[in-house]
Amino acid sequence: MGQTFAEKILAEKAGLAKTVPGQIVEISPDIALSHDNTAAIRGIFEKMGGVKVFNPKVHAIILDHATPAPTTEHAENHRIVREFVQEQGVEHFFDVGRGVCHQVLVEEGLALPGEVVLGSDSHTTHAGVMGAFGAGIGRSEMASIWALGELWLRVPESLKIIVHGKLSPSVTAKDLALHIIGELGSDGGLYMSVEWHGEAIEALDLSQQAVLPNITAEMGAKNSYIPPDQKVFSFLKDRSNRQYEPVYPDPDASYTKIVEYDASTIVPVIACPHTVDNVKPLSEIAGLHIDQAFLGTCTNGRLEDLGAAAAVLKGRRIAPGTRMIVIPASSEVYLDALRAGYIETFVAAGAMVQSPGCGPCMGNHMGIPAVGEVIISSANRNFQGRMGTRESEVYLASPEVVAASAVAGAIIHPRYLQEGRG
Amino acid sequence: MSVIRGRVWKYGDDVNTDVIFAGKYTYTINDPAEMAKHALEDLDPRFVKEVKPNDIIVAGKNWGCGSSREQAATCLKENGLGAIIAKSFARIHYRNCLNTALPVLTCPEAVDVIQDKEMVELDLAAGEIRCGAGTFRFPPLPETVMGIFEAGGLIAYTRKKLAAR
Repeated sequence: MGQTFAEKILAEKAGLAKTVPGQIVEISPDIALSHDNTAAIRGIFEKMGGVKVFNPKVHAIILDHATPAPTTEHAENHRIVREFVQEQGVEHFFDVGRGVCHQVLVEEGLALPGEVVLGSDSHTTHAGVMGAFGAGIGRSEMASIWALGELWLRVPESLKIIVHGKLSPSVTAKDLALHIIGELGSDGGLYMSVEWHGEAIEALDLSQQAVLPNITAEMGAKNSYIPPDQKVFSFLKDRSNRQYEPVYPDPDASYTKIVEYDASTIVPVIACPHTVDNVKPLSEIAGLHIDQAFLGTCTNGRLEDLGAAAAVLKGRRIAPGTRMIVIPASSEVYLDALRAGYIETFVAAGAMVQSPGCGPCMGNHMGIPAVGEVIISSANRNFQGRMGTRESEVYLASPEVVAASAVAGAIIHPRYLQEGRG
Repeated sequence: MSVIRGRVWKYGDDVNTDVIFAGKYTYTINDPAEMAKHALEDLDPRFVKEVKPNDIIVAGKNWGCGSSREQAATCLKENGLGAIIAKSFARIHYRNCLNTALPVLTCPEAVDVIQDKEMVELDLAAGEIRCGAGTFRFPPLPETVMGIFEAGGLIAYTRKKLAAR
């Protein structure tokens, strides 16, 4: 019997010939990712009796959650993180302004095929876009890794998602992901290793592919993986100086569940308040007034996402009574978008462009909704209270739909804008 | 800690960590006692006012989904919560609870019949939940996890292991 991706990579890392779901293994991550929560983790590390971290080379510390600091408390938090980085000699440190940790990890060639990334952030699943095993862990667990260099993991069951055919041009990877989460539910991949297969997945560019492992966290997955191909290897060529060995599932691996989709049947969708699996066809919600549109985050704040939104906004204006916030996922994205003219398009359209980071995604700053307001966002979470007040509604959609809705002042697909029906 | 007897706070499916401990507090509140004051604030404001030591949360599927924030486990533990019984748990929150030595048990059959506010007895050693509707058994926790649990949480467990090196 062959092994799934998760069974195989965890066996390799644990020095075992094979593993089975449910087995507990002790492994040392190749990368241990933390962000603004590094300061709190340091406190736990000290309580554990920690003085020097086990291996400063495995740490990637990226400040992104509240950057630049909105309050003195946040600024003090950042200061403690910088001190820690200095004290411990952490190599992979990226200060405020570099971008959202998951995107930066990929850009910096720190999430590699066949490697294990453990991060104290629930969207660490994102690293699966590079063919890595990326899983979110808690703060104490991260502190324990700092102290001991290892952590226990339960080998997960695996869910194989196969997407056949081709997505229609008006449908994005975000629509595909939301459609599947809507169908399988917020616990549809609970504890599981989710693998994405099929020609519709292979046909997506890396930016679109990244949406899938990122948002798979919203169905409870432990990790989410796309088999790395030449796109990944080319991308990493000038970004990584570490050797890596991709890991692929065996053809005869045993999956707990296999689900198959025909890409051509997927339509543009939207996740409605207040759960990510409350997914409806966009056409059902079209026309709903929005107060604010937010384009950004690790889910959909890459160059291609900004490009898709700029194509909609070019020569148009944000509707009166509606605001739009754009936050590139990283400084690299920001620079590329600047050179491509997208930033000019956004500002000319009346949008606000802000420095790379998580922004208002989890209600920290840079565009918190007022009571009773309706938000359309390209992010991955719409829980009640997520963006600050529980008396606001957050809809999740693709960058194109976010941009078109900003222009119309109401939820709309861009193709109806073009036809003048907005 | 082997037998926990407490009153039930019953909740539904998919209770996420944003309503257990709101994201807006994650970088402004660091004191566990202060965290406790905001537990379940957006779901059930009565909880922090009326919860008693050893009370037990009984919930539907996917308890603790969403953000990995550990404060969601800490704020419950600090309120003296005895345990959580759910149909299923979101995995990071599940780990966070075990790491703060807060017993978390998966037992869908028990969740279906336990009533809100009834007294329930939980026997960790025997692997039994005793409630008005009868006795239910749950699978024991894996050995490695029990080690963390018996040490009183991951912090104590790591401290011991680090000191032994």
